Amino acid sequence: MGSLDVGVRRGGLGNTSRPDAWWAYPSAVFLGLTGFVVYSTWAALQGNYFYFHNYLSPFYSPLLFWSHGGIRSWFGAPPHWLVNVSPALLILWAPGGFRLSCYYYRGAYYKSHWADPPACAVGEPRLRYRGERSFPLILQNVHRYFMYLAVLFIFILGKDAWEAMWFRAPGGHGREFGIGVGTLVLTLNVILLAGYTFGCHSLRHLIGGGRDRLSSLPGRACAYRCVTKLNNRHMAWAWCSLFWVAFSDLYVRLCAMGIWHDWRILR
Amino acid sequence: MPSAIFRIWRGAVAPRDAGPAARHDAGFVDYSLEITPGMVVLDAVHRIQAEQAPDLAVRWNCKAGKCGSCSAEINGMPRLMCMTRLNHLPLDRPVQIEPMKTFPIVRDLVTDVSWNYSVKRRIRPLAPRPPDAADGTWRMQQQDMDRVQEFRKCIECYLCQDVCHVLREHQGFDAFAGPRFFTHIAALEMHPLDRDSRLRELREEFGLGLCNITKCCTKVCPEYIHITDNAIIPLKERVVDEFYDPLKKLFRRKKGSAPA
Ligand code: SF4
Ligand code: SF4
Ligand code: FES
Repeated sequence: MGSLDVGVRRGGLGNTSRPDAWWAYPSAVFLGLTGFVVYSTWAALQGNYFYFHNYLSPFYSPLLFWSHGGIRSWFGAPPHWLVNVSPALLILWAPGGFRLSCYYYRGAYYKSHWADPPACAVGEPRLRYRGERSFPLILQNVHRYFMYLAVLFIFILGKDAWEAMWFRAPGGHGREFGIGVGTLVLTLNVILLAGYTFGCHSLRHLIGGGRDRLSSLPGRACAYRCVTKLNNRHMAWAWCSLFWVAFSDLYVRLCAMGIWHDWRILR
Repeated sequence: MPSAIFRIWRGAVAPRDAGPAARHDAGFVDYSLEITPGMVVLDAVHRIQAEQAPDLAVRWNCKAGKCGSCSAEINGMPRLMCMTRLNHLPLDRPVQIEPMKTFPIVRDLVTDVSWNYSVKRRIRPLAPRPPDAADGTWRMQQQDMDRVQEFRKCIECYLCQDVCHVLREHQGFDAFAGPRFFTHIAALEMHPLDRDSRLRELREEFGLGLCNITKCCTKVCPEYIHITDNAIIPLKERVVDEFYDPLKKLFRRKKGSAPA
């Protein structure tokens, strides 16, 4: 079975009896998501100003290769064929793919970017419809694999938030504990991302939702309840973490460029 | 007493089919009515039926949001007429009441929803394991039934079927069961006693993959069932387990329980 080939009674784009501003919500989603994609692409292509002392932008973490000093990378200098590639591009596909195939975002951008449908009980521009059961959207089923990666990223970004608490000691020897505004920014970032990632529908299924009798597995039943709690607010977590991860990059970037001054709250 | 205008669809031709040729057979008729506090849309329709239009066709039964008969589209959104209070609607303009647009019209506000019954007959019923006790009864934990009980709140109003764009816009009646029946199948699939699997039909004849999780069904459900998040997406994940996840397939083969 391929696409549906019908539509005798279809209404056409925007055809509805709704008198309310049904277009406002999808338009806001359109602006929010497009804005994020534009900013993150720009920031990922920069390849500079992504760290400031002990702060590392989440768009660039984990930093696999870096040879210009100032911050430590996992594997040191890049191989010669990677020298001109921004380190963000090596890793950003993973969280990017996670969001792109996320059940919440899928439903949101099918509406806002593809008008499929533009809003509930509002007519669509296209007759043909294949849904998620044939190529290309059938590929959305890969979501769980991106989830595995996204969980890994939470630990990596958690480590970054920890690093953001250790500042170079005055005099240049050793490190001392402290909290700057950037520490708070990066810590909130990993909290929001964790709230989003651990509320994932695929995780909810994996952790217990796939079973019919959880009462015999109290540990998994408890984990299932926790994931479900986060999952109930998945949309809110998705938006807050999206905004904050971009802001975290912007914060580190502006500090690194010397435009903003990082204020140390605690030394 | 304040009054309001009710713009009601009249005739045996559906709003969407009523081209210029059918204009004299069907169309909107405005009725002006004095309204009283606490009134719902169904009250207004009844009053119009009693005082102004005795031939107005409307289906209803419980007036309590529990029988699922009075589904219609009020100001363009699928809703139960008996659960839509007038003080929640803007009354400075006419309240527009139409029949559900996804199903064939019978007359006025009444539609023929029998397609839904035929879908339900195609779903295999619960196949419980042998009874746990000698008296033919089973033992279950409430915790395991919680999920299923959410779906059992369904009153079969078919508002979710009406709003779902796969049926409404793309007329997927041959390839798609619709959100109401995904909740029904979820209640069976997740039932702690059930031993059957309906995943193959879900993927093939019931067209679960046609749902693009845009959540309009959840939005209109008068029982506040989380259709998309709690029924459809978990079923999609189970279908991925069974048919799309290469690692799962590998594990299953190792365990020697590859699906038929
Ligand atoms: S979420 Fe799926 S079933 Fe529900 S209205 Fe949208 S497409 Fe239809
Ligand atoms: S799931 Fe909700 S909207 Fe759909 S038929 Fe049942 S009660 Fe009505
Ligand atoms: S009359 Fe029964 S649900 Fe409205």
